[in-house]
Amino acid sequence: MAGDKVDVKVLMAHEMETGLRKDAKGNLVPPHFIRNVTVTHGGKTVLSAQWGTSVSRNPFLHFRFKGGKAGEKVTITWMDNKGEKRTDEAVIAVPA
Amino acid sequence: MDAKRREVLKTGGGVLALAAAGIIRPGEALAQEWNKAAFETKSVAETVKALGGSGSTPSSAIEITAPDIAENGAVVPVAVESRLPKTQAIAILIEKNPNTLSAEFDIPSGTDPFVSTRVKMGETSNVYALVIADGKYFHAVKEIKVTIGGCGG
Repeated sequence: MAGDKVDVKVLMAHEMETGLRKDAKGNLVPPHFIRNVTVTHGGKTVLSAQWGTSVSRNPFLHFRFKGGKAGEKVTITWMDNKGEKRTDEAVIAVPA
Repeated sequence: MDAKRREVLKTGGGVLALAAAGIIRPGEALAQEWNKAAFETKSVAETVKALGGSGSTPSSAIEITAPDIAENGAVVPVAVESRLPKTQAIAILIEKNPNTLSAEFDIPSGTDPFVSTRVKMGETSNVYALVIADGKYFHAVKEIKVTIGGCGG
C-alpha cells in the first residue's frame, strides 16, 4: 500500500507464444497466450484486461487502486486462448 | 500427495462459498470477452475503429514511460498514465508489429488511470497509448528503437 492506494504488481508464468515463431524443424509453433486478465477486490473488479500475442513472455502487470485495506484479499485470474485458467490470491500488505 | 489433495479440496470449498454468498456471480466469472477483431488489426486507425472509436485526438495529458532504445524487443517495458478526467480504458498499440493492438485495459472508477506492462516489438516503431475518456478517444505516441526484434520469440 502507498497512502490510500493499493499497488498491485503481478508476474504471470506463461509462455505467450505468438504463433509466428518456428521450432527447430521449421514448423510454426501454434499461438498460446493469455487473452483475459481480471483482478478483483471485495467482489468488485479493479482491473480487467484483454491481451494479444505481443505481451511479453511471463507477463508483468502493475497498477493501483483505491479502497483496499491491509489484510484484505486481491484475486487475480487469467484465461488463455486454449481456455486454461489460473487464479491466485494475495493479501494486501502494509509497507515495511 | 494427500496434502496437495486436501489443499485443492479446501480451495474448491472456498470458491463455492463465495458463489453461494453472491460475491461471485457464476455468469460474471465465466464472461470473458475477447475482442478478436481488434487484436487482428494492422494499423492504428483500424484498431481505434475496432475499439469503437471513429478517430482519436493527440493529448499531452497522456504520458508514455518507455525506453528510447530497447535492446531486446522481446521485453520492452511500457507504462501509460492518463491525466484525462473519466479515463475508462487504456490500450497499447505498436504500429509496426504484425498486429497493432497489444493490450487493452478497462479502468473502473477507483482504479488509477495508470498501467505498466512489458511488450514485444518486432522492429523500431511508434508506440501509441490510446485512452478512452468520457467516451472520447485520445492518444500519445512515442518512438521506441529496437536493437534486436522480439516477435520471433
